Amino acid sequence: MFEEVGTTPEGDMIINVGPQHPATHGVLHLVITLNGETIKKVEPHLGYIHRSIEKMCESLSYRQFIYVTSRMDYLSAHMNNHACAMCVEKGLQVEIPPRAQVIRVLMSELTRIASHELWWGAMAMDLGAFTPFFHAFRERESINDIMEETCGARLTMNYMVPGGVMHDLHPNFQQRVKAFMKLYKKKIHEYDEMVTGNIIFQNRMKNVGVLSANDAISYGCTGPTARGSGVSSDIRKLYPYEIYNTLEFDEVLETGGDSFARYMVRIREMQQSIRIIEQLIDNIPEGDFQTKTKAVLKLPKGEFYSRVETARGELGVYIVSEGGTTPYRIKFRSPGFSNLSVLNHISKGSKLGDLVAMMGTLDLVIPDIDR
Amino acid sequence: MFIKKYIQDIWGAVKSLLTGMRRTMYYFTHHKEIITEQYPDNRDTLQLPERFKGEVVMPHDENNEHRCTGCQACELACPNGTIKVIFKNEINAEGKKKKAIDKLVYHLELCTMCNLCIEACPSDAIKMAQTFEHSVFDRNELTKILNNPGSKIMEGVE
Amino acid sequence: MWSFSNIANNIHAWLGNNFNPTMTLVIEMVLAGVAVIGLFAGLGLVLVIMERKVSAWMQIRLGPNRVGPKGMLQSLADTIKLIVKEGLTPDGADKFLFNLAPFIAMIVAMLLMAPIAFAKDFQLWDLNIGVLFVSAVSSIMVISILMAGWASNNKYSLMGAMRSGAQIVSYELSAGLSILTIVVLSGSLSVSDIIYSQADGWWIFKGHIPVLIAFVTFIIAVTAETNRAPFDLAEAESELTAGFHTEYSGMKFALFFLAEYVNVFIVCAIGATLFLGGWMPFHIGSWEGFNQVMDYIPSSIWFFGKTFFLIFVIMWFRWTFPRLRIDQLLNLEWKYLLPISMINLLIVTAMAILKWHF
Repeated sequence: MFEEVGTTPEGDMIINVGPQHPATHGVLHLVITLNGETIKKVEPHLGYIHRSIEKMCESLSYRQFIYVTSRMDYLSAHMNNHACAMCVEKGLQVEIPPRAQVIRVLMSELTRIASHELWWGAMAMDLGAFTPFFHAFRERESINDIMEETCGARLTMNYMVPGGVMHDLHPNFQQRVKAFMKLYKKKIHEYDEMVTGNIIFQNRMKNVGVLSANDAISYGCTGPTARGSGVSSDIRKLYPYEIYNTLEFDEVLETGGDSFARYMVRIREMQQSIRIIEQLIDNIPEGDFQTKTKAVLKLPKGEFYSRVETARGELGVYIVSEGGTTPYRIKFRSPGFSNLSVLNHISKGSKLGDLVAMMGTLDLVIPDIDR
Repeated sequence: MFIKKYIQDIWGAVKSLLTGMRRTMYYFTHHKEIITEQYPDNRDTLQLPERFKGEVVMPHDENNEHRCTGCQACELACPNGTIKVIFKNEINAEGKKKKAIDKLVYHLELCTMCNLCIEACPSDAIKMAQTFEHSVFDRNELTKILNNPGSKIMEGVE
Repeated sequence: MWSFSNIANNIHAWLGNNFNPTMTLVIEMVLAGVAVIGLFAGLGLVLVIMERKVSAWMQIRLGPNRVGPKGMLQSLADTIKLIVKEGLTPDGADKFLFNLAPFIAMIVAMLLMAPIAFAKDFQLWDLNIGVLFVSAVSSIMVISILMAGWASNNKYSLMGAMRSGAQIVSYELSAGLSILTIVVLSGSLSVSDIIYSQADGWWIFKGHIPVLIAFVTFIIAVTAETNRAPFDLAEAESELTAGFHTEYSGMKFALFFLAEYVNVFIVCAIGATLFLGGWMPFHIGSWEGFNQVMDYIPSSIWFFGKTFFLIFVIMWFRWTFPRLRIDQLLNLEWKYLLPISMINLLIVTAMAILKWHF
């Protein structure tokens, strides 16, 4: 109704940001009530990229439904597949071989770096600096090349299958990952030079979109969004899966709660991921990469839940099985949806330009929100 | 004191801006750092990894023989109904009637390159090819028949 | 010796011999108009390809490399595309103002060409208040942007226009004050007088640190005045899609685009004239030999070299920095640039009175 009139009864201007807008990185539709440049209300409208993935999964077998989840949060496709594979394994009660576990962790951490790289570039671009976007893609491309060599695809890999991983690692894998880490360490200081240390960037980020720890909890924020407010929410630490409890890494916590804190969490998380990869890359155990499972998987009657830490936060997979070959009901708890819901809360009273910074640091991937 | 802080602020700001400008100037003058891939000019030298999932193909040997038994495992494994196996009755050397594949229809337009069919195939009859330039003017061309015309199953593959 | 001023004088003499004075004036005006339009088109093509190449190399890309040798004809192809595109006028737009706005932007840019000295004694109009003329006319630019934003009947356009209004009006001040420092030092508003006052060294070297500060302030202020990143709030892509020219397409959009680049050229030319001596070669005080060697390089090359160096600096800003927010933009002007330029102007005035400069 307001969209047609263009102003609220109080005389505030309403503008529609999206569904086609350069800053929303997809088809997010925000109805913003503005008083001049100051935001009074932000109302996200979803549904533009709803593909009913949960319903689709109900008609696919336990082996088949995993590939669809790559299309939810396409930037952390490995982690989505990981969560689903783990949930199915929980139902089947199979142990996966240690080599497969290490491969899964390595791939997840590489994906996390790739996702944060893209986020870093895209966020700088939202703030008007185009160059970091291309610099971020240089590192991201080398990760994608590693993925392509081992998994056969760059974005939607479908590499984690119930029982392990689909292929063994490519013989070049270790060498390529080491080359990537060398490149990354050589270039990481440029991130600070180009963006983090930049005075304009800091002014744009600091004290913008402040999210208190209590609000982060009550809105259900997870991932870097919550950790920027000092809420410990790293699933890898809180509910360790695979071999994460044997690894040495820190949960990155910042206390600011503003956009800059969320930014720093992600930047520091990339270094923690590098640390994890460094511990694992020379210690990949020999052995099978997959447990033999039956050709047709049947989960026992019951409910199964598993969660992983994706690049954006906690992804939960909830499967209800009736004992058949397809799930009775699947529910994904996606991190993006909860993180988006704080946007109205944190953007009140800030300027229109800040909204872009906030959306950038919430790291929204729209297909993850809509599914 | 206020003046000192004011000047310090300005100095810090200018320094941070100059640091960024030095970085872009470095790339402006160092053209060997350019990472652009000159596709399609580099088609001849473009090497895709052997695991790259481009499309499903069925390899044939020099006698126009393939390894597909028509077990339909791929058809069952496929999440999208991309593969359809059409049978025919074939009379083999001993005069017995035998079921064999007539056509293995592959809908490239539906395929998501999930590799499940390749994993499911018990006789390694199909594999992923490294082609990726799939654009065509008519979408009917995307419906492919994987076995060559007149091909038959290899000896000894069950 | 071959030079622009000789050519101009020869044409003038030839016209004077063959036509009566009124006719001569008319023909000369037409010739000047054609020359300015030609320069406009040329500048547009060169600056667009320059921007694309600069940005590409800074972003570790190759940039346009398909059309013509090394992609040098890319902007020509783009121009042809923009000309043949449909110039759409939205239904709800104020059609007259909507169509008028790009032409005002263009006319302002053309007017600003008048007092610029492109080479030794080669100037369209050497009026005695040249610098004042430039500051006065360049502030009309904001009217075209406001007009475009208002007439588009689009909220994004309106917001972009309003931002741009606040921005240009504010940054006029510090740009004007920086220009004044040179006026104080050279004691004249005329462009040619200012250039001749730098015959023994450019002001940026003669004027010690205060002129350097004025120069930096000037570059920042004109970057803001021409709506270039990091001050491109009027067309902030990620916030307002394209700001005031969201609704423009085809040649009308191209005129805005061209006006932006020509404005960049003009402000850089003025910066080069005031601070870097315009067409004046690099002279050091009384080193006769050195100065004569420098004089062998044609004056037009000096002028365009300096101008393009400043344009490169502005492009360099654009491809390095993130965008400011509107309140930070105004804070920067009113809390930092304006006080600094005012104090700076005082210091320069004292310097000029006490003859501390070289």
